[in-house]
Amino acid sequence: MRKRWVSIGVAAAVLIGLVTWAILPAPVTYDEIDERITAGDVTLDARLYRPKDGDKVPAILLAHGFGGTKLSVAEDAKELAAQGYAVLTWTARGFGQSTGQIHLNSRDHEVKDAQALLDWLAARDDIELDAAGDPRAGVVGGSYGGALALMLAGQDTRVDAIVPMITWNDLNESLFPGGVFKQSWAGLFFTAGMSRNPLAGGSPQCGRWADDVCQTYLRIAETGVLDADAKALNLTRSPSTTLNQIKAPTLLIQGEADSLFPLSEADANARGITNAKVRLAWYTGGHDGGSGPQSDQNRVKFLTLQWLDHYVKKTGAEPSGTFTYSRIAGLDPVEQGRLATGFQLGTYPGLAGTEAVTIPVNGSSQQIANPPNGNPAAITALPQAGALSSLAGLAGGAGFAADLPGQHGNWLSEPLTESLNVVGSPTVSIKAASQTGEAVLFVKLYDVDQNGQSSLSNGLIAPIRLTGLPASLDQAQPIKVTLPAIVRNFEDGHRIRITIATADQAYLGPVAPMLYSVDVASAVAIPVVPATAIATADTLWIYVLGGLVALLVIGLVVGIILARRRHSRRDKTIIDGYADVPLHVRGLRKTYGDFVAVESIDFTVKRGQVVGLLGPNGAGKTTSLRVLMGLTQATEGEVLIFGHPLAPGTPVLSRIGALVEGPGFQPHLTGRQNLHSYWKATGRPTEDAKFPEALEIAGLGDAIDRRVKDYSHGMKQRLAVAQAMLGLPELLVLDEPTDGLDPPQIAEMRRVLQRYATDGRAVLVSSHLLAEVEQTCTHVVVMHKGVVVASGKVDEIVGDSPTTVFDVSDVDLAQKTLDKLSVTYALDGNGSLVVDLGEHTRAETVAALVAAGVGVDRVTPRRRLEDAFLALVGTSTAGSGDR
Amino acid sequence: MSTTVTNGAAAGYRPTATLTFASEFMRQWRRRRTQWALGFMVLLPVIILIAFEIGGEGDDDNGRGTFASIIDVALAGGLNFALFCLFVSSSFLLVVVFALFHGDTVASEASWGSLRYLLAVPVPRGRLLGIKLAVALTYSLMAVAVLVATGLLLGTLRYGWHPLASGISADVPPGEGLLRLLGIAGYFCISLLVVAGIAFLLSVLTDAPLGAVGGAVLLFIVSSILDQITALGEIRNFLPTHFARSYLGLLTSPVQFDGMVKGTISALCYAALFWGLAFWRFTRKDVTS
Repeated sequence: MRKRWVSIGVAAAVLIGLVTWAILPAPVTYDEIDERITAGDVTLDARLYRPKDGDKVPAILLAHGFGGTKLSVAEDAKELAAQGYAVLTWTARGFGQSTGQIHLNSRDHEVKDAQALLDWLAARDDIELDAAGDPRAGVVGGSYGGALALMLAGQDTRVDAIVPMITWNDLNESLFPGGVFKQSWAGLFFTAGMSRNPLAGGSPQCGRWADDVCQTYLRIAETGVLDADAKALNLTRSPSTTLNQIKAPTLLIQGEADSLFPLSEADANARGITNAKVRLAWYTGGHDGGSGPQSDQNRVKFLTLQWLDHYVKKTGAEPSGTFTYSRIAGLDPVEQGRLATGFQLGTYPGLAGTEAVTIPVNGSSQQIANPPNGNPAAITALPQAGALSSLAGLAGGAGFAADLPGQHGNWLSEPLTESLNVVGSPTVSIKAASQTGEAVLFVKLYDVDQNGQSSLSNGLIAPIRLTGLPASLDQAQPIKVTLPAIVRNFEDGHRIRITIATADQAYLGPVAPMLYSVDVASAVAIPVVPATAIATADTLWIYVLGGLVALLVIGLVVGIILARRRHSRRDKTIIDGYADVPLHVRGLRKTYGDFVAVESIDFTVKRGQVVGLLGPNGAGKTTSLRVLMGLTQATEGEVLIFGHPLAPGTPVLSRIGALVEGPGFQPHLTGRQNLHSYWKATGRPTEDAKFPEALEIAGLGDAIDRRVKDYSHGMKQRLAVAQAMLGLPELLVLDEPTDGLDPPQIAEMRRVLQRYATDGRAVLVSSHLLAEVEQTCTHVVVMHKGVVVASGKVDEIVGDSPTTVFDVSDVDLAQKTLDKLSVTYALDGNGSLVVDLGEHTRAETVAALVAAGVGVDRVTPRRRLEDAFLALVGTSTAGSGDR
Repeated sequence: MSTTVTNGAAAGYRPTATLTFASEFMRQWRRRRTQWALGFMVLLPVIILIAFEIGGEGDDDNGRGTFASIIDVALAGGLNFALFCLFVSSSFLLVVVFALFHGDTVASEASWGSLRYLLAVPVPRGRLLGIKLAVALTYSLMAVAVLVATGLLLGTLRYGWHPLASGISADVPPGEGLLRLLGIAGYFCISLLVVAGIAFLLSVLTDAPLGAVGGAVLLFIVSSILDQITALGEIRNFLPTHFARSYLGLLTSPVQFDGMVKGTISALCYAALFWGLAFWRFTRKDVTS
């Protein structure tokens, strides 16, 4: 028992250790320092994450997105700080606790602020410097912060590397794609600047927005027209004009699920940066798709850190290739999210792909109507709806991309004959005609599966404002439309559909109801790239699985071979001189923990003998027999069966037939089926079983074909003896064989056993019944309290001890009298005492009893085993316990 | 009188001929619980079919969970009907069936007392356990196969032979759909190896068949509950039931194998551990029952 508690304790300790290791937070390796930094006319609320280790460390400016504060990027800051960077986060002017107004990344305001932060870093004595006043610094930021990174790098050469994410190139293009106002996003953007608690007393109309930006928005949002002033203002708030001044290596990370700043913005930035190294990474999130699946988040973090480490910290290898992207590959059934697979390409191919596949689409010219005030309108993307919108696209359902009747026309391709790995912007030419000469159209590219279910990649559409259109389609010139850049695998058997629609919820179209004629004028040009999947940890698991299976198979085979070899060597060992002795037991000892069941026993069963193993209940008989059958292992000592040392399952056991601890049968089978089932398990030839003989011994008559569960105890017992005798084994070991039998059956059993031991076979019978052993056995081994107290021929043992039976009138009085004489006795039924007289004569004893007033009815001399037994073990069997 | 060979065995006795797969298969086949378990695998699709016929189209949106999409398309064809039968059984019924076949096999012999007679034959202990495990696995696989086959047959007769509608992705053509259905059934079997492992180990440790079966089911449920607690984070990856739903990867297009690969690794590790412990224990233990 103690051993078991130890192993349970060890297992529990290991488990607790593992759990603790898994949930224990990593130690914090940086200090957080809050500062108010003055930059020009404003005070910025900043926080520096300063690694505890390192004398001078490189720095990262980490800018937040629009509407956020320095706390929005705390998690990213901590991760970078843990990598050994001093990370400076701040709340941009016009937000949170920082003062000032929102100038939307104006060169004279927000960008200057960031330059002041560089100055501040350079003045610290714990930041690594490239030169006096020039800190070693990278700039990282998403969206609003991303544009800041680009503009800062274009304005200040002290920046060593930048990682702008999901950001714009030219606000004019982002907010007026194709000349159509992106009203829903613009509105959200503007509202985010309407702080609930304006610090500088902003108006309810403009909040914390600077007046020029605010007035521009109010004007264009009303009309939907981008006038020259607005265009000029937007341009000063865009990185596009200073891109060619950027010297810092730039990692552009852009989201595929982004209807605000689509992939084309990053493409424009990449093309604009002509004087610095540029790498692009597309991932499956974005302003619509959020941070994307876990695998994508990990990839983006890895790429960012790799970039910063090489170009800012100057450690790590140079990142190779200029383009990676990822694609939603399916649903993650375990975490209930989506899964993305990363791909890489040596050179960024642009949005046109490395080659274009042309897919013709069929359909005829159609008339489509623009609803008054643009209502109702199709809903394609929901700004900031997060994963919802891209999930709908993946699920193959129509999602939100429901085109309204009368407002759209469809052009469908034949089923694709091979799958297309689309990476980039598909293009298509259309023709349009309008009575007014003007039109606003939305061109969409759908993936249509075999069931006709269509999906629009990330809800991305191409708006287009057309002017100077003819009134009739006949005179219309083809107009090339560049569809939004997507990453999608069009499976074979799917179709491609071009849809041209008139109104969309996210855009501000014409107010007047109008009718257009539209047609598709060319095949769709689909950009494809040959990319290789980036091996992830998930790919490794397949090798792990292969290794595991191989390991298990090898382990299994080796285990079986070793076990067989070991067994076969052991099984063939024969101890000289005992090859013809059915059973030889020497010094057998069996303990269970502290309890000694069998102290030490020795005996031998020779051919032709019927040996009785005699002892009171708990003497250790059954324990010994269990060991003999290989059911339990001896603590000490040696058992030889025909000279072979005994071990559990050793083949020589096949020469023993056994009944140990009562019968054991399958209750749902008949007696006959049980015997056959048992013999089948031995694997020996059926004719060797001698079923007729066994059935005769069982003597069950018709009951042999009844189910064993309906048997009485005695019937089971007889069946068990018959089972033990199947195949007429050379040694028969029977544990209490007469248990539950009636007297005639006991007598029959006696004859059977005596007959069995002729022709060289041997029998070992255990019993606690003296008469049985005396009448059945040739030899006897008397056990008591786990030791053999006597062994030999029955006659010899019996001859040792003459006893006398007294039938008396008063047993109690007789016992007292005998006690006075100091003789050994035992009660034997009603009024009988078996007495070992020892030195006393019978006459003396009778006289003493009569003198004491005990009536003596009968005095009989006895020379039986029972007396011998008593003589050997004493009257008391107490204390021998249950063995 | 028998002649002996060098290992002293009785004539005709070879350790490798004892308790063959066929004889153990018959031993188990004759048991009522085997017949009931397999019979119920036939009955269940029938019951489900009748329920759908009586119930008609329900538009109750309550209780839509992970499998809502599979329920929605259950009547789309024979493949979907078989899939539905499989998935309603997966969370409990098949767990019990696996636990029954593996947990009962050694413990019931011990409780009848017939185990000691098999060992006295002697059937080598490793062999006894190996054959019992192989037969238990065979019956468990048979149960799943019978369930799928019946579901497929009934569903096809009633709803026709149509593409496999997944509800979360595009439809899969029937031929490939059948492969995916078999793949899902196969993955169920693999993930249930954990139950098989626990039940088999318990079967060796105890003489009470019910204890072994119940214990395995209980542990499975506890693991499933713990897996619901997302606060456990990374630890959940080590729960034997964490990857139980990875088969959904076979319903997406393209097929997602990552979850199933991890699930297979997890299941094989656990099964190997439990089976290894069972063999280690059984080849050393004192059989006293």
